[in-house]
Amino acid sequence: MNGPLRKVSIVVAVMMAALLLNLTYMTTFRQEALLEHPLNRRVRDAEFARDRGAILVGNVPIAISEPSGNATVPFERVYPDGERWAPVTGWFTRIHGTSGLEQSYSSDLSGTASQQVINRIVDVMTGRSSSGANISTTLDADAQAAAMRALGNARGAAVAIDYETGEILALASTPSYDPNTLSTLSTSDEIDNWNALLNAEDEPLKNRGTREVYPPGSTFKIVTAAAAIENGILPDTIVDSPASLRLPNSSHSMGNSTNCGGEQIPLEQALSTSCNTAFGQLGLDLGADVMLDMAERFGFNQEQTIDIQAATSRYPADADAAQTALSAIGQYEVASSPLQMAQVVAAIANDGVMMQPYLVDAVTTRDLQVISSTDPSEIGRPISEATARMLQEMMVTTVRDGTGRPARIDGVTIGGKTGTAQSSPERPNYAWFVGYATEPRVAIAVFVEDAGVAADDISGGRLAAPIFRAVVEALR
Amino acid sequence: MSVSVQPEVSGDVIVYRRRRNIELALLLFAQLFGYGGWILTHLNLYNAVPEIWPLVAAAWFGVGLAAHIAVRWKLPYADPVLLPSVFLINGLGLAMLARLDEIYRYSDAAMQFVWTALGVLLFVLVAFLLRDHRRLQRFPYLLFILSFVLLVLPLTPLGVTINNARIWIQVFGFSFQPAEIAKITLAIAFAAYFYEKRDVLTLAGRRVMGVLLPRGRDFIPIAIMWGMALMVMVFQRDLGMALLIFGLFTVMIYIATERPFWPVLATVMFLIAGVAAYFLTPHVSRRVGAWLDPFANADANLQIIQAQFGFAWGGLFGRGWGMGRPALTPLPHSDFIAGSIGEELGVLGLMAVIILYAVIFSRGLKAALLCPDGFGKLLAGGLSFVLALQVFAIIGGVTRLLPLTGLTTPFMSQGGSSMVSNWILIGILMVISHRARMPQTATATPTSRAEIEDNSTELIAR
Repeated sequence: MNGPLRKVSIVVAVMMAALLLNLTYMTTFRQEALLEHPLNRRVRDAEFARDRGAILVGNVPIAISEPSGNATVPFERVYPDGERWAPVTGWFTRIHGTSGLEQSYSSDLSGTASQQVINRIVDVMTGRSSSGANISTTLDADAQAAAMRALGNARGAAVAIDYETGEILALASTPSYDPNTLSTLSTSDEIDNWNALLNAEDEPLKNRGTREVYPPGSTFKIVTAAAAIENGILPDTIVDSPASLRLPNSSHSMGNSTNCGGEQIPLEQALSTSCNTAFGQLGLDLGADVMLDMAERFGFNQEQTIDIQAATSRYPADADAAQTALSAIGQYEVASSPLQMAQVVAAIANDGVMMQPYLVDAVTTRDLQVISSTDPSEIGRPISEATARMLQEMMVTTVRDGTGRPARIDGVTIGGKTGTAQSSPERPNYAWFVGYATEPRVAIAVFVEDAGVAADDISGGRLAAPIFRAVVEALR
Repeated sequence: MSVSVQPEVSGDVIVYRRRRNIELALLLFAQLFGYGGWILTHLNLYNAVPEIWPLVAAAWFGVGLAAHIAVRWKLPYADPVLLPSVFLINGLGLAMLARLDEIYRYSDAAMQFVWTALGVLLFVLVAFLLRDHRRLQRFPYLLFILSFVLLVLPLTPLGVTINNARIWIQVFGFSFQPAEIAKITLAIAFAAYFYEKRDVLTLAGRRVMGVLLPRGRDFIPIAIMWGMALMVMVFQRDLGMALLIFGLFTVMIYIATERPFWPVLATVMFLIAGVAAYFLTPHVSRRVGAWLDPFANADANLQIIQAQFGFAWGGLFGRGWGMGRPALTPLPHSDFIAGSIGEELGVLGLMAVIILYAVIFSRGLKAALLCPDGFGKLLAGGLSFVLALQVFAIIGGVTRLLPLTGLTTPFMSQGGSSMVSNWILIGILMVISHRARMPQTATATPTSRAEIEDNSTELIAR
């Protein structure tokens, strides 16, 4: 019977080897995916209880970990001015994940980033409990406060960028929420608060500044104007501005909501009066490909790469003539995030050079050793310097004499463009104002979801331009 | 094949070294792991050694010492590695249960220690009462009936349904899993029956398509018994135990007859049954689904998913005693104790445990190979195999190598019946090992005249 016994022992050896190999396989190939799995509470809770670094604006923390006095979760995430900074910090929760900088800089904040390996070893050797790095942001506390205050309870957003460097100075989205209610140690409170915010009618958890796209309406006319100038039309070139523009192969026609001042007007006047038919005709003349190319050079249809999650703005890729005419005035399927429009204006204000917008200036350890820092970088030159200069002048005229008048500030050079966009017949129009100032140096896009009933550009300007002005004044 | 024929009486005596001192040293070393685990849990969690440390040390090492003294006295030639290996695993299991007690009072390590002590007591009783394992050979039919009764017990009013399986009985407030005992009685019954009938099973019968089928009167009684055992377990939804009994039967008939036909037939039957069960019962297809793609239904497969997370969280070296989150996995103290070990002692810790089981199996098989009588060979081989198969099925299930079958992890999972029966199993293996390793002339039983006549009276039809 020893023969079969030996064979049985081989079978068992194979079984045991299979167990060991399977464990090896699991640790080698499956471990990482399992640790990153969103359902993994072990990782989530450990992250949640960690002494994370602070997120700083200047020297003031907008998110900080404080001892909680709880044995199992020794640290608690606290947001000193939570509602104001929620669009930047995002939320940090036990169950519902993280967002904003809390998400994108999570490994730096928690101290698990690969650059911090030396610090971790030092921490272990010196018996210090491991702690994460601090994040210094580019934000300006006054600008953010002004933007949030000016937006008030409206559903809207404002994004301010230093156009020479790409530093984001303000990133406001309203209505906001208090992230402290989500970072609470009590799981049941967290769930209740989360559900309340999630089901709230005005959707406070949405980041309207970066993660949502809306039809840009007339503000998109500056992109159409840029395409026109790049193709040989000058600000004083006379363009057609009929009272009604028949859309090719369509029963519809485009009308004007403002007085264009004639049926043959200079391009500059078309922009300052926000003349729909003039830009619709320009779109038809330039053609779908030229328009698409210009929109994409300004960052439409390109993945947004800023420090927090952001949506990609859209320009229709295969529009027919009628659709191109509508797209040229920011309707049809054109959709932009306020951040994207701020970048468009910033590129124009910066003489045609588009800078990479960024929120995080530097990552430093708690003993102020710099782990990484961000330098301004150029991401493209969508238009020539000459085109940019002409557009600047046109935008300044628009604010001085045209629809952008509500944005005027005495003694400050301001260029801008208003917009009112229709999303669907059932819902109110969207109000926009995009513009820049040279002193202080800033490009700003303001967006308000509810522009009232009247679909004219003046109403959009009246609603959004004061918010622009408030931010510029806060930066002075 | 003809093992019953002893070495010729040449005056040569094979004497194995007893190595009892080595056993004692190994035993103390092995017991340190469990005890150390318990101390480390308290140090890691509370920064303090528990006040009852001398008491626990006395009780724990006392039990080990008692087992050792019994072996030294009654089984001096038994394998010296077996007992320490079992104590190491048992200690880790106890420490893990004590660690889980710090999270929730459900596993109750103190009660499990009482069960361990009872198991060791039964081990000692086996050492004292079972002077020669061949005594077990006498009552195959009685043991078959006993096994059957044990398997049916949970279906009687005594039985209780826990976790959707009716495999426990409740007596005086204790729940007990009689199938764990049946595992041993069936092994003895199979060994006795196959040893008695192995020649007729091998040689007598009709040849069909080149394969020799045994005569009905030899095979049918056992097929009935075996089929009934499997049916009972299918009704109780105890697929794990059904797999064990099936594997035990297959391996023992193979060892007895030396015909590969049996394992081949068994594998084919098992595959057919498995496929049929997959398509016919929701129960099996659900388990297969949980095995292949647990994340497809994350709510229903929470347990296996949490165990996976536990392994990943533990990594290679584990979080350390008391530092993991094993209680996030449902049943971390019974079915999924391997997951708890993996999380806190790491994948390497669990690998060490698997290797310890492999050591226990190899020492059991060594006893089978050395054993001079065929019954002992069969019994030791069968018991060792069933232990290894159980470890393979449950740890394989927990680590997602196989679909999960609800089995206990021997010597680790919380539960008295499993603990007690596995200690009895080790006791029998030790007795066989002792008989196998003691000086050969002392046990040499020349083939009896009656047996020769018995064999020669069978008419062999070819």
